[in-house]
Amino acid sequence: MPTLHDILSTVLLQSYNTRIVVLGTAMLGLASGITGAFLLLRKRSLMGDALSHATFPGIGIAFAVMVSAGGSGKDLLGLLTGATISGVLGVLCMLAIRNTTRLRDDVAMGFALSVFFGTGAAVYAMVQTKPGAAGLESFIYGKAASMVFSDVVMISVVGILVTGTALLLLKEFMLLCFDEDFAASTGWPVLRLDILLLVLVTAVTVTGLQAVGLILIIAFLIIPPTAARFWTNSLRRMLVLSGAIGAMSGWLGASVSALFANLPAGALIVLTAAAIFLFSMLFGSARGVILKLLDQAKLQRRIGRQHLLRAAYEILETMGQPVSNQPIPRQELLEHRSWSNAELSRLLSQARHEDHIEPGTGADTSLIHLSESGFGEASRITRNHRLWELYLITHAEIAPSHVDRDADLVEHILGAEMVRALEAELKPRPAIPSSPHRIPSRSSSSSAT
Amino acid sequence: MNWTTDDTWIALTGALCALACSLPGCFLVLRKMSMMGDAISHAVLPGLAIAFLVTGDRASLPMFLGAAATGVLTAVFTQWITRFGNIDQGAAMGIVFTTLFALGLILIVQAADHVDLDPGCVLYGAIEFITFDTVRLGGWEIPRAAVVNGGALLLNLVVIATLYKELRLSSFDSGLADTLGFSSGLLHYLLMTLVAVTTVAAFESVGSIIVIAMMIVPPAAALLLTRRLLPMLLISSGIATASAVLGHWMALVLPPLIGFERTNTSGMMAFTAGLLFTLAWIFSPSEGLLKRYTAGAISESGSYPNP
Repeated sequence: MPTLHDILSTVLLQSYNTRIVVLGTAMLGLASGITGAFLLLRKRSLMGDALSHATFPGIGIAFAVMVSAGGSGKDLLGLLTGATISGVLGVLCMLAIRNTTRLRDDVAMGFALSVFFGTGAAVYAMVQTKPGAAGLESFIYGKAASMVFSDVVMISVVGILVTGTALLLLKEFMLLCFDEDFAASTGWPVLRLDILLLVLVTAVTVTGLQAVGLILIIAFLIIPPTAARFWTNSLRRMLVLSGAIGAMSGWLGASVSALFANLPAGALIVLTAAAIFLFSMLFGSARGVILKLLDQAKLQRRIGRQHLLRAAYEILETMGQPVSNQPIPRQELLEHRSWSNAELSRLLSQARHEDHIEPGTGADTSLIHLSESGFGEASRITRNHRLWELYLITHAEIAPSHVDRDADLVEHILGAEMVRALEAELKPRPAIPSSPHRIPSRSSSSSAT
Repeated sequence: MNWTTDDTWIALTGALCALACSLPGCFLVLRKMSMMGDAISHAVLPGLAIAFLVTGDRASLPMFLGAAATGVLTAVFTQWITRFGNIDQGAAMGIVFTTLFALGLILIVQAADHVDLDPGCVLYGAIEFITFDTVRLGGWEIPRAAVVNGGALLLNLVVIATLYKELRLSSFDSGLADTLGFSSGLLHYLLMTLVAVTTVAAFESVGSIIVIAMMIVPPAAALLLTRRLLPMLLISSGIATASAVLGHWMALVLPPLIGFERTNTSGMMAFTAGLLFTLAWIFSPSEGLLKRYTAGAISESGSYPNP
């Protein structure tokens, strides 16, 4: 196990090798985080996957060409050029399929991926018999841990170019991502912008492939932007966050792999990014799962409370005018709406916690007595409901027999401002108007108003 | 060229595998999930590794079960992330398969002291060598790969024939299917299980290239030629078979023509499928490029108005 000293010296980048790997992967995470964000918004996250497979034939062909030109065949620049050309061809092929057939992005990407990859495998097997072909694949598909200084320089150059272009054309790319048809109709060169964006992605992918390998670059293009999406609804913030998450996964993952020398760095970085993703998905402040569940539960509680209090008020109305706060038989409450016994008990104990019911009555007693504040809240809620119903009947021409349900759908989100507007609209009316329709109830005889 | 019995077996096995993959592939393409085959073939790595670590040998059955289970898990996780995280299915798929693959790599490194469980060889089962691994079946020496892929094809045929109506409905209108009382969720997982089993059976015996290509390319080509499901399944099967047989033939004929000794048969099969797709793309009588350009149906932006 690594000691504290090892951990500190790794995280603080004190060894040269660690510094190179961490710096390189963090830079790559930054660049791919930013480009990947655009892919995510265009629902093309698997583009990195398609592209990195589509580079395969180019590598074999570049090798064959360089060998027959008399070279060694293992010139990195030549191989990367081949990879880029065939990657771009794959992208063009994908765009052509998407724009001239009914087939969607996923099929177009799948086509480019599988046919180019298959062709690549065929080409690769052909050139395999040439001298010096052994290890061609590992030559081009790198490993994060074996990164050298020149890789970092190259990643940095590509990263700065790509990020710079993306920022310069941010407005155009945003338009492309959010409303392609609108962009086209207002005269933006949509197809050219699309190609440019994909060329940026190709540049990042090919660089990444060479420096850190297939699986990590695919993950880098997908995971950071998706994680960032849970924290914000603004594209600018998402770009920054996505780049930061990419860089952070690179830094953390590479540090961990420096501590456990036998574990592959690329895989650890992917797992780090996945952990960040999981955390973001659960706790994200804009679209996180837990936040969403809490919001839903809050709304459910509010709806339950309002239904209970309104039901209580409607029963009190039947007990005699003017309405006064008397004990209500639980049985009548149960029959008033389609609650099950357990549901009603839950609502009652919730109301008890909110002090809407007098202490001593509640979930289990046969008589329910609203508290002072409960009674006030009940009359307010009923009033809002009736006002809204009247508004719907007079202004939205909803039939009185249907208005209850329609009012139900929106009244729980009725704000104070809206209520005031309705009051002004519907003056002069009594403080609590009577219901414009018969109040249905399972014990139907007693509840007409 | 010298066509031997081995070549017949290779072409036949390739065709069986292509058929087995293209049948569920049609439904994947219709459900906009065509990258699933690719995702599963990467994601099964931890399943293989765990099966190996648990049983301690490379016997086919535990490895197969481990891989198929991980394949189904890939679909389940993808579905969860898509639904609960409310994000694009492609992105969810990408997250799941890269993470599982990375996990698999780490597990394999842990196991590597004991055995040659090479990720490269997981991804490239080789169709050229299937005749070295045969089983006796009714007095015949049959390559194991042919039996495995034939079994996968049979399974696909049976399931799709039995649940044809339900699968069709839930692929085109999952909401209506739910309303009518078929659980489209259940059908989804059934289809994913089918895809996982087929993928694992195929790539373990003949390599992942054929799987990924045949799950997407023949169905996509068929979709350019028809808009009905049954003809689509039939045309896709025809294209899949033709890709496999022609592919192997080209793998024998092509390399000598351009000055090489040999090539990779799976790769050539994928390449041939790509060629057949291109033919359909250009010459489709209803919506091919030729028809469109002569009819002037291409709108100014280059995009085709969706029906």
